[in-house]
Amino acid sequence: MLIIETRDIIKKYGALTAVAGVSLRIEAGECFGLLGPNGAGKTTLVKMIIAVAPITSGQALVAGMDVTRKPRQIKALIGVVPQEENLDPDFSVLKNLLVFSRYFDIPSAEAKRRALVNLELFELAVRQKSKIRELSGGMKRRLLIARGLINQPRILVLDEPSVGLDPQTKHMVWQKLNSLKQQGTTLLLTTQNMDEAAVLCDRLAIMNEGRIVALGSPGSLIAEYGGKQIIQAKTDSASKGLVEAELKRQGFYWQEMGETIYIIQPDSAGLTGLLSEKLVVVSQRIPTLEDVFLRLTGRSLTE
Amino acid sequence: MRWFSPRAFRVWQRNRDVFLALSRSEVPGILVEPLLVLFAMGIGLGDYVGLIDGQDYIEFIAPGVIAGYGMFSAVFECTFGSFVRLDYQKTYDAILTTPLSMEDVVVGEILWGATRALITTAAVLFIAAIFGLIHSYMALLTLPVGFLAGLMFASIALSFTAIAPAISSFTYFFTLFITPMFYFSGVFFPPDSFPESIQRLSWIAPLTPVTEVTRSLVQGKLEASILWSLLLIVAITAVFFYLSLVLMRRRLLK
Repeated sequence: MLIIETRDIIKKYGALTAVAGVSLRIEAGECFGLLGPNGAGKTTLVKMIIAVAPITSGQALVAGMDVTRKPRQIKALIGVVPQEENLDPDFSVLKNLLVFSRYFDIPSAEAKRRALVNLELFELAVRQKSKIRELSGGMKRRLLIARGLINQPRILVLDEPSVGLDPQTKHMVWQKLNSLKQQGTTLLLTTQNMDEAAVLCDRLAIMNEGRIVALGSPGSLIAEYGGKQIIQAKTDSASKGLVEAELKRQGFYWQEMGETIYIIQPDSAGLTGLLSEKLVVVSQRIPTLEDVFLRLTGRSLTE
Repeated sequence: MRWFSPRAFRVWQRNRDVFLALSRSEVPGILVEPLLVLFAMGIGLGDYVGLIDGQDYIEFIAPGVIAGYGMFSAVFECTFGSFVRLDYQKTYDAILTTPLSMEDVVVGEILWGATRALITTAAVLFIAAIFGLIHSYMALLTLPVGFLAGLMFASIALSFTAIAPAISSFTYFFTLFITPMFYFSGVFFPPDSFPESIQRLSWIAPLTPVTEVTRSLVQGKLEASILWSLLLIVAITAVFFYLSLVLMRRRLLK
């Protein structure tokens, strides 16, 4: 069953186009990842889907409802975990959840029950009376997720959920998100963490400059854009031109960072002929999502 | 424009809960400063002031202090308070991901600002009554007036907050608008004691009608001019309420 659908949605801020026409179809129960460099339009796209940012043109549907027409109903179905911590510093951990549940009109007894269950789930029960400023960054992120689940959402939206977390917390968060998925919650997350995308996501959309440039499962994206192996090699400025011409002649896809050349090999063969003479191979490895990412969004800084 | 809903009350509840959680640090501020001004000016300066009708100066300024500090409460809440929630704590961002709309947030903030004005009005009125400065039960009507004036000042303040680029911008708002208004709107002296040019300014200052109404009620005088002043307050509230919605929409919905 389709739960999120966007039809050619566009977001413009004056002359700047943040999202340049995105059409997506996300199935209920799937974990869908938006991957892209800073400024690619991931967060803006998500904000339009969760009825927080107005859509410039196009249409977004959540659970069959138009986001522009039924924002309240849609927001009642969604839990949001922001990247930037926005907990209420004047309230305790528990009170944060109770106040938040009031926004969803959850009766206070039920709110308290859910809040305690969620705190238990994220191992925060002993901290329920703590002030927010007494929490570590990892605890705050866990509390934000617990808060995002207070309305028992059908869709949980997470903006870069593992940024700044230590490995222990990161793995705990992944495990919790995985078990939410098992229970049927749809997950929509933006991320720049390739491990996270590979571990959690059923499908990924790689965004660049406001558009989706590739879409598929992590495995299929690697197969399509990563080739069989990545050869990292060094050259010198004298033979660079020659090497480039040869790479082109042999039909390779490659990227350059200074004197380092990354070659995406469609097969497991090594370099031959002129290339093996002029290039010093630094490493030869199996492609990862990161290679796909860098191939599709470029190696240079976009900002 | 989309309209607000009863869910605005949730924002009011949130702010009330913060107020209660911090009451130990909030309450002294509500009481001490008005008390200080009332007695420093009323008794200290009062000896040198002769009013035409022989009234004690402290009795003259008591309703002015009630109105003036009601204003300060609403304005502080919806400038510094709202700006911290908007910009530093990102409270609005968090609320906007729930079924509440931007309009609910604005209305909840204004209702809470008005509630702060009401609390201060009641507190100062109570102190004034204890010191025997209140002689008419009609003074109780200053409570709804204080709330109404609170709606007006909260709307004005929130309109400014919506366009304030940084928290330091409020310096302009206070030194150029709120503080002059406090001194020239009949809190400490009748506006007609000023030169005509300043009088004209004080007649367009939103605090002037509030001071007028509060003074009439505290002195137990029901005059026709009260109605005119109330109408003026309602009109200014309507304009700035609408403005705060428009400006906050521009700031928040991007």
